[in-house]
Amino acid sequence: MDSGRRLLLKGNEAIAYGAIAAGCECYFGYPITPQNEIPELLSSALPAAGGNFVQAESELAACNMLLGAAATGARAMTSSSSPGISLMQESISYMAGSELPGVIVNMNRGGPGLGDIGPAQGDYYQSTRGGGHGDYRTPVLAPSSCQEAYDMLIAAFDLAFGYRTPALVLGDGIIGAMKEPVNLWTPERRDHGESEWRLDGARGREKRLLRSLFLEEGLLAEHNRHLSAKYAEMQREARAESFMAEDAELIVVAYGSLGRIAKSAVRKLREAGHRIGLLRPLLLYPFPSAALRKLAEEGRRFLTMEHNTGQMVDDVRLAVRLCADSDFYGHMPGSLPGVEDLMAPMLDALRRKS
Amino acid sequence: MSAYLDVIIAGFGGQGVMLAGNLLAHAGMDLGLNVTFIPIYGPEMRGGTANCTVVISEEEIGSPIIRRPKSAIILNQPSLDKFQPRIEDGGTQIVNSSLADVSLVENERLRSLCIPADEIAEKLRSRRRLTNMVALGAFIRATGIVPLEKAVAVLSKTISGHYTGLIPQNAEALKAGYNYTP
Repeated sequence: MDSGRRLLLKGNEAIAYGAIAAGCECYFGYPITPQNEIPELLSSALPAAGGNFVQAESELAACNMLLGAAATGARAMTSSSSPGISLMQESISYMAGSELPGVIVNMNRGGPGLGDIGPAQGDYYQSTRGGGHGDYRTPVLAPSSCQEAYDMLIAAFDLAFGYRTPALVLGDGIIGAMKEPVNLWTPERRDHGESEWRLDGARGREKRLLRSLFLEEGLLAEHNRHLSAKYAEMQREARAESFMAEDAELIVVAYGSLGRIAKSAVRKLREAGHRIGLLRPLLLYPFPSAALRKLAEEGRRFLTMEHNTGQMVDDVRLAVRLCADSDFYGHMPGSLPGVEDLMAPMLDALRRKS
Repeated sequence: MSAYLDVIIAGFGGQGVMLAGNLLAHAGMDLGLNVTFIPIYGPEMRGGTANCTVVISEEEIGSPIIRRPKSAIILNQPSLDKFQPRIEDGGTQIVNSSLADVSLVENERLRSLCIPADEIAEKLRSRRRLTNMVALGAFIRATGIVPLEKAVAVLSKTISGHYTGLIPQNAEALKAGYNYTP
């Protein structure tokens, strides 16, 4: 690894480097725009780092390979974009049910269906509500820069193994294609106790079974209680960046690449004397509800901005529901959001003062 | 006000728009500044339109997408038609007069420098492939955003693989654009 170096990298490349720094041993994937630089880079860099790269025959196969590798305790990942991620939902649900750790990167593109290859945030619900069938959630990290893309791959592996769960990294075509300086670093390898559960040959010990099928009376209820308790514990991982929020009348809530564009808009409106601030969730699940609730109790007003027709706004409203509401501005998938597009709705929301 | 510049570099696919943007971003990074580079192009590798946006700033960069840039490097006529009206009042543009109609260039509202980048590149006995570097050299001179030596120094970091033999020619083209006087 080039630890300690500062490189000019595309977000997709930063994700690949971050995965290697995190100790990723296996990658399985199937090509789709706008994330192809991830497998392209890993196809040579991962074997060079001692790992394994497989271009699977389909997204479903790739994600089932991820499940299989995870069952052996290997640090493994896959990446795709929206339509491909939909195809992976079956295995992600099985991984959640079997408590198998792995990292899934989704470089969100326009939808529904095949949509387009441009950036969008239409997969918020799918990412934060489990996505597949059954009662489960997955941690979801939302980078807004190439450095965060690198850092969050490392964090995603830690969350996945720390909580024995599939973990998602949700970017888009802006993060993927944009180049920025990235400081490479390598974390200390942490032991998450996988030797206690992985399938590595039963010679000399009790046999183990990893499963998501619980037919015996009471077992599935117990399993779901256990998973719920795990998700409750996971809430402590909620993180958000707060920008100029201290004295802000209006708090803009936005994530990912739209979050950083909103930050530019907030900065410009601040220069013009408007009391406006930004809260940018770094994780979308668990959601920074406590931070939002506190701001609501202080009497702030809220405007949620997304590159979709309105999804995260539900979580903002739930968080502030006892004393506030949230306005919403949705930038349509299929068109690139600019700072100017976000400034006007911010001013409108400021003027709608009660 | 701390150092800040954004630029849209536009032309047709194959003119080296992305390489010029990469080089500028790399030079900015090596000066210790924050930079973003974002490409926007159609499905064509050659013949289609291509543009990229580079932001160089002492402060943290918010949006990497700039609708109304402070400057532009325009390598052909369709790019002049599309991007000239978007440049902020008082902004700077370098226009490749070899492939754009100079009578359409705004000289009142903008600080415009027209440079026959293709002709200059051809004189460097390199056919037209150095147009991007000639125009970038002129841009560096006009804006002072990075020193010429820094741009030359990062050529070896942006031109890779079997093209490394062309680095001296690219350096020459940057200098030719930098030293051009209309």
